Amino acid sequence: MSNNIALHYDIDGKDFTMAGEASSSIKKVLGQLGISPDIIRRVAISVYEAEMNCVIHAGGGFADVVINPEKICITVSDNGPGIPDVELAMKEGYSTAPNSIRQLGFGAGMGLPNIKNYTDEIKIKTNVGKGTSVEMVIYIAGKQPNI
Amino acid sequence: MKQYFHSVTLDTEKCKGCTNCIKHCPTEAIRVRDGKAKIINERCIDCGECIKVCPYHAKKAITDDFSRIFDFKYKIALVAPSMYLQFKNKPDINAILTGIKALGFDEVFEVARAAELVTEATRKFIKEGDYAKPLISSACPAIIRLIRIKFPSLVPNVVPILAPIELGAWLAKEKAIIETGIKPNEIGAFFITPCAAKVTCTYSPIGVESSLVDGCISMKELYLRLLPVLKHLKNPEQLATAQLEGISWANNGGESSALESEHHISVDGIWNVIKVLEELENETLDDIDFVEASACVGGCVGGPLTVENSFVATTRISSILDNTTLSPSIYGWSDDIYNASRWKVPLKFEQVMKLDDNLEQAMAKLERIEEIYEGLPQLDCGSCGAPSCKALAEDIIRGYAVETDCVFKLRERVKKLAAEMLLLEGKSSGKNE
Repeated sequence: MSNNIALHYDIDGKDFTMAGEASSSIKKVLGQLGISPDIIRRVAISVYEAEMNCVIHAGGGFADVVINPEKICITVSDNGPGIPDVELAMKEGYSTAPNSIRQLGFGAGMGLPNIKNYTDEIKIKTNVGKGTSVEMVIYIAGKQPNI
Repeated sequence: MKQYFHSVTLDTEKCKGCTNCIKHCPTEAIRVRDGKAKIINERCIDCGECIKVCPYHAKKAITDDFSRIFDFKYKIALVAPSMYLQFKNKPDINAILTGIKALGFDEVFEVARAAELVTEATRKFIKEGDYAKPLISSACPAIIRLIRIKFPSLVPNVVPILAPIELGAWLAKEKAIIETGIKPNEIGAFFITPCAAKVTCTYSPIGVESSLVDGCISMKELYLRLLPVLKHLKNPEQLATAQLEGISWANNGGESSALESEHHISVDGIWNVIKVLEELENETLDDIDFVEASACVGGCVGGPLTVENSFVATTRISSILDNTTLSPSIYGWSDDIYNASRWKVPLKFEQVMKLDDNLEQAMAKLERIEEIYEGLPQLDCGSCGAPSCKALAEDIIRGYAVETDCVFKLRERVKKLAAEMLLLEGKSSGKNE
């Protein structure tokens, strides 16, 4: 018996109405584990935002989730264009989403800032022209250690 | 009182053990075991989907027997607006109400009246401004129960105001007590119900400790009793007082239009509602203020206990307006009504899907489920009696099923056994020679 659970999801880049599938299956799993509703909500929103980023900017990618009794770690990675200025991307309202996406009501520049608000830790590794991975950590039952 | 009462139940005689209901249950609350469907009580939300899809009519809604009204000295019929829309001709509300009264009731109360007050209360609640956005209507009990078990983060968004039936029962009983002097326990309020979910509310109420509704009579059943009465009815009493605003609650969309909220959506059909609630949880519908959601397509007119096709019923709303002489309302708006309309018991999330109280145990179980699932054919055929291979894997871990409930797994086992037997047979015959 190991004490962590690993889940893997492919994020389809061609159809962004499908974004949210990883988020909703993770929600189901966390419900089975009896995780508190507030934490489930934070995980769901963060994963959804990261999935959307993947679809809008990078043509898809994948989400890896590792759950252990202390925390939930989610890594959403893609082989997209990368983020030239991470600091700028973290600003509320800053967006590079194409017009076609904005017309649909997405790309308001709230993705990464929202993830930051809802997670305990966020780490962005990005390489222009190669891809981006967003690592998110949410602690279960407020077990966040002092770092 | 029993912990779980459900109106939706099974007629075991009629159940063929097919897979229609398990496949259509939105909360995966049904399994076929020993050739018969079984409902997992804590997961059932009484939406009535199984009643609608069962080709053998084995799923039914338990309602109260009509004769139960005679247990009370003073009998009140609470009539839902959807009742008015069940008749072929232009609805004459006065005739319908007079007819229902003639069946043995002392008083008829239009639930549409209470719906108007609920609208008023909701407006006031919105004005007070202390709530999570967007608000979700609390009118459909199946949707509230769905949120309670599946959408924990939306629990704070549900409008904490009683459903019109419950408020209606309070108003009608108060009025009867004042006017007749009859003791409260001798007054019975019976709801003429279009669905199972509302029947469940009288036994496991939402927002109150115990319901003032004493029983529910199926709309279908009352319709049959009412038809002959209506045929010979002359000079109906002037009983109709509800306005279109309240009556339109019978349809999906009626509640929101009464609220005059600009950014509202009205969603009907349980699967559509689930999709919208998912999106609300992901915060992707953030420009919406109010969500009206009904489990049945079309709203209450689409309920499993109604008679008329819901699409036809919906169009009749417009003819009500020019057909009925609506008299002025009898209830003025007051703070008393507002206070009475507020929930006394808050809604609480129920973790019915939890595998174990201990997180580490739950994680171990989840891992086993994944392992078992990997070994299953993943066709979701339903032959095992569970709605999907995932659900079967979960049932195995919960101890409700075994792997060989899967016909493919069983075939594998039989093949293996047959091969072993052949081998054994060969060995033993070898010895004898």
